[in-house]
Amino acid sequence: MLELKHISYTVREDGNELGILNDISLTIDDHKLVVFTGPNGGGKTTLAKIIMGLVKPTSGQILWNGQDITDLGITERARLGISYGFQQPPRFKGLTVRNLLTLASGDDKLSKDKCCQYLTRVGLCANDYLDREVDVSLSGGEVKRIEIASILARNSQLMIFDEPEAGIDLWSFARLTETFEQIHATGTATMIIISHQERIISLADEVIVVGDGAIRHRGAAADILPQILADTLGGCPVLTKEVKA
Amino acid sequence: MMDNEIDRELLEKIADMLGKPVGAFNIRKDSGCDGRQSTEHIEITGKEDKPGIDIRVKDGTVGETCHIPVIITKPGIEEMVYNDFYIGENCDVNIVAGCGIHNCGDQTSRHDGVHTFYVGKNSHVKYTEKHYGEGDGKGGKIMNPQTVVYLEEGASIQMDTTQIRGIDSTKRYTKIVCGKGAEAVITERLLTHGDQIAESDMEIVLDGEDSKGRVISRSVAQDESSQVFYPRMVGNAQCFGHVQCDSIIMGNAKIKSIPAITANCTEAQLVHEAAIGKIAGDQLLKLETLGLTEEEAEDCILKGFLA
Repeated sequence: MLELKHISYTVREDGNELGILNDISLTIDDHKLVVFTGPNGGGKTTLAKIIMGLVKPTSGQILWNGQDITDLGITERARLGISYGFQQPPRFKGLTVRNLLTLASGDDKLSKDKCCQYLTRVGLCANDYLDREVDVSLSGGEVKRIEIASILARNSQLMIFDEPEAGIDLWSFARLTETFEQIHATGTATMIIISHQERIISLADEVIVVGDGAIRHRGAAADILPQILADTLGGCPVLTKEVKA
Repeated sequence: MMDNEIDRELLEKIADMLGKPVGAFNIRKDSGCDGRQSTEHIEITGKEDKPGIDIRVKDGTVGETCHIPVIITKPGIEEMVYNDFYIGENCDVNIVAGCGIHNCGDQTSRHDGVHTFYVGKNSHVKYTEKHYGEGDGKGGKIMNPQTVVYLEEGASIQMDTTQIRGIDSTKRYTKIVCGKGAEAVITERLLTHGDQIAESDMEIVLDGEDSKGRVISRSVAQDESSQVFYPRMVGNAQCFGHVQCDSIIMGNAKIKSIPAITANCTEAQLVHEAAIGKIAGDQLLKLETLGLTEEEAEDCILKGFLA
């Protein structure tokens, strides 16, 4: 179980304190699929990074399976079973897809079959990719899918995905949502997915809308989705005026 | 030959030699010959007028490997060695060179090698060279290799050079002249640390029509070390040349990378790329999220980069 207690994060800008996250408290039960959604700049990624240890909160406490992990580093949290798929994954000259999956799995002798399974689940063929370097020769969408495959290889208890759909084509996206559905159905991991996609939101046990550094709404996908759609469609006064004219 | 642990370790490090080598070989130890063997197709003879050897590979020799390692185990040895390679036509051979210095004394040990290759028509040579230094003496470990290669029509060379730590000062000069349809691929890997100095001066001359040249240089400079790269590609005919230099800079190191391309023919296509940068923070963070410590992540990135 993941518990966030009174998490705040502020930065100093031009001598003023700017609140990015303001007193967020949240509990996520084991094996749930939770989607963080909300407007850009609302604090979703910062909140996810705070869970992984990539950002240190200004105040508050994080408990993972009852253990206080607030002061633990990224490596220690990773070893306790938390993983994180970056929105814009880094590239590595010289590191192959196989190397990355092997590192992620923690198994030095990770078989080709296993690698193939992870890559297939994100819509990539192992024969084409295993020996390729994770460098600039890969497209943004390819790097993104390899990033997600590395999280699958990690097979951790808590998987965090930051906008996994960004940069991925429609066909691969459909494959990806199936993969999330499968993981959820097997009940082996808790998933936090930051997403704006209706299809991913509809998979969630719970949707948490983060905006202006706070939790705006939370609830079942069926209840939250209509609100999000209503907010989204009514959002442009200029456009509304033009349509009326 | 290989009569002690130091010799065995050095030979394994620089030439992957375990036990008695198979095929043609020449082991040079502390300025003397410590073992030599020719084969039916590869003949090795000592030079009479100066230190060094001649290696003659007969036409049509395919799949043979020739080892010519050099080891220096005594402090204070400074030598200049000339090795000439005459590769016949239609050959496909591996040549494994390399130099290992074990210096526990206070005097400088230095090996300067001049290697000249004459590669016959349609022959392919894979040339592997590793440099390695060890020993905790104050004496410097210095290597200055010069490699000059002449490729005849349709000939090719794949030259892989590696120097990871251990050598205090190195000044490398490489020149390759490509004839018609010839191809040169050079892969250079270098890691310097402490206050080591490394310079690599390279000249690829694409003289023949449809010749190709490719230089891939990857280096890491740590601590107070400094590196200078000067790869030059000259296109004198319809040809293709590509120079790529990538360096990772760490600590207080200094790296200068000056790739140059010169076209003397309108049909010459030449490209160069050079990049120097530190290890990106997001690379370290990504590997930490996979359970590696910061040190392990750094090590993993450097290993991959130099692999």
